[in-house]
Amino acid sequence: MGKAAFLCDAERCIECNACVTACKNEHEIPWGINRRRVVTINDGRPGEKSISVACMHCSDAPCMAVCPVDCFYKTADGIVLHSKDLCIGCGYCFYACPFGAPQYPQAGNFGSRGKMDKCTFCAGGPEENNSPAEFQKYGRNRIAEGKLPICAEMCSTKALLAGDADDVSSIFRERVVARGFGGDSWGWGTAYGNQNDS
Amino acid sequence: MPRSSERARAAEPRPAARVPSPRFERRRKRRLRVAIGALSLSVLLLAVTLASFVTMADAQSVRPPANAVTNSTPDATGMESVPGKITQPPARADLWRFVGGDRGPDEEGFTTTVSIPNKLSATLVQPFGEEWRLLRRGPLPEYGLIIPAAMILALAAFYLIRGRIRIEAGPSRNRIRRFGGFERFGHWLLAVSFVALALTGLNLLYGREYILPLIGHEAYSLTAWWGKWVHNNIAWAFMLGLVLIFVMWVGRNIPHRRDLVWLMKGGGLFSKHSHPDAGKFNAGQKLIFWSVILLGASLSLSGIALLFPFQTGLMGKTFAFFNDIGLSLSFIGIDVSQPVTALQEMQYQTIWHAAVALVMIAIIIAHIYIGTLGMEGAFDAMGSGDVDLNWAREHHNLWVDEVSARTSRRTPAE
Repeated sequence: MGKAAFLCDAERCIECNACVTACKNEHEIPWGINRRRVVTINDGRPGEKSISVACMHCSDAPCMAVCPVDCFYKTADGIVLHSKDLCIGCGYCFYACPFGAPQYPQAGNFGSRGKMDKCTFCAGGPEENNSPAEFQKYGRNRIAEGKLPICAEMCSTKALLAGDADDVSSIFRERVVARGFGGDSWGWGTAYGNQNDS
Repeated sequence: MPRSSERARAAEPRPAARVPSPRFERRRKRRLRVAIGALSLSVLLLAVTLASFVTMADAQSVRPPANAVTNSTPDATGMESVPGKITQPPARADLWRFVGGDRGPDEEGFTTTVSIPNKLSATLVQPFGEEWRLLRRGPLPEYGLIIPAAMILALAAFYLIRGRIRIEAGPSRNRIRRFGGFERFGHWLLAVSFVALALTGLNLLYGREYILPLIGHEAYSLTAWWGKWVHNNIAWAFMLGLVLIFVMWVGRNIPHRRDLVWLMKGGGLFSKHSHPDAGKFNAGQKLIFWSVILLGASLSLSGIALLFPFQTGLMGKTFAFFNDIGLSLSFIGIDVSQPVTALQEMQYQTIWHAAVALVMIAIIIAHIYIGTLGMEGAFDAMGSGDVDLNWAREHHNLWVDEVSARTSRRTPAE
């Protein structure tokens, strides 16, 4: 793979939350932690859109930049992973992350956070691939098994795409060309005569 | 008597319960009165609490707030919608600009929701995170080094030029009580906790740069983990110390006209034979006192906000207050007219907490210098509590007069 990427096609996402459930089940994520979530824009109103969000495995990842203990690392596939052995639960990655991906279990007194947990692109962590220690800390390592992330595999409308960035974008491009809208669709609003289009 | 009757009832509980004695009846009535009293008190408290949370109750009402966008009112597109007629969906470019976190006035009609319990996660993209990252990786650690470093350089220059400030009249044989045991306890509680908090805080800001390369990831992570634990828990000792010294010394630290004279003469620090009048605390010490109280209180408030994430709204309230009085913070890139999100609240608090702490560290470095190396005889005040009489006469002449007047009054005249 060149660069791992997620893409959620908002024209297809039906907010079924199967990606969220599949992720929780695959990695046995504890209660209160959501590696993936579905956000609905303008719920119940015309033009409603839903988008499934998790860690986007940024090229210039802000979490890596601000982590005071330098617990993040990037795999050869461009997947952003972290070591729970090093993480101190300071919460800085959450402050820096644009997508709100890092999650923390409540640990200890006051509001103190436990070790951060986030989407691994189903690629586990620094432990030996598919070892019990890796599963316990980071969940299943599907990438090591030659599989793609479970959320995208499970997506009923194939709104959520995961894989090599080139493949994902070419699938999406084909789609947009075939349906004629919903990519970077500046013309759509004007085509349907929205006079007050700003 | 009540004891024996209780024992009697314990022996025969059933008859006592069935046939209530007059005393039991009286007790029952008293209990009832107490219960009614407690109930009315709690109702009163509840009413007061509710009254103070009226705004919150408004926010939790099932009715849409006045500024809510509903389908029965003109929507963002300006078109009146009627039942059965579908309003224009918002223009797509606007929608994706909104998703990207660019919330201009035109995009206020958008809403985001999630079906999971954590409603804060309904924010798709938070663009302020990038600003937070740039602040934390740029100006904050840079100025954070410059301010204390400048203070250390200034103190070093002062030491080289002025040297150690000696007791001019030389040490005397007499000593005078300056701080009692409890006062010193309060001071050292605050001092030790502050040093622990400062070191663990600096570790988190600079450790990755300067300590991690030396000791490696595992050892540094362990250090930072315990540092965080110490920081979170010692904080309470700091707050207690802050309250103690405030209560003990605030009366002696009210500014006075003579403080201006003291400050004008530079406290006599820069000239050998100048000793401006001073009471128990001179103007310099009053400045230290008020800096510690104000900065310490601010650190405590922001620290509590960080200890209990997403539960406070002090930054938002402060900005709203600035907005009300027409004070703009645009020169530091903050638009006070915009509402502060729960996440921004935390982000501002981390930056503020660190910035205030770095300023306070610089001030405390100067305080430590003058209390130890910088001035002969000064440490005794917080060490044994008894200071040299000549030292006291030179630096706190009015206080010495006050103490001697008090002791001579107390000693009966022969």
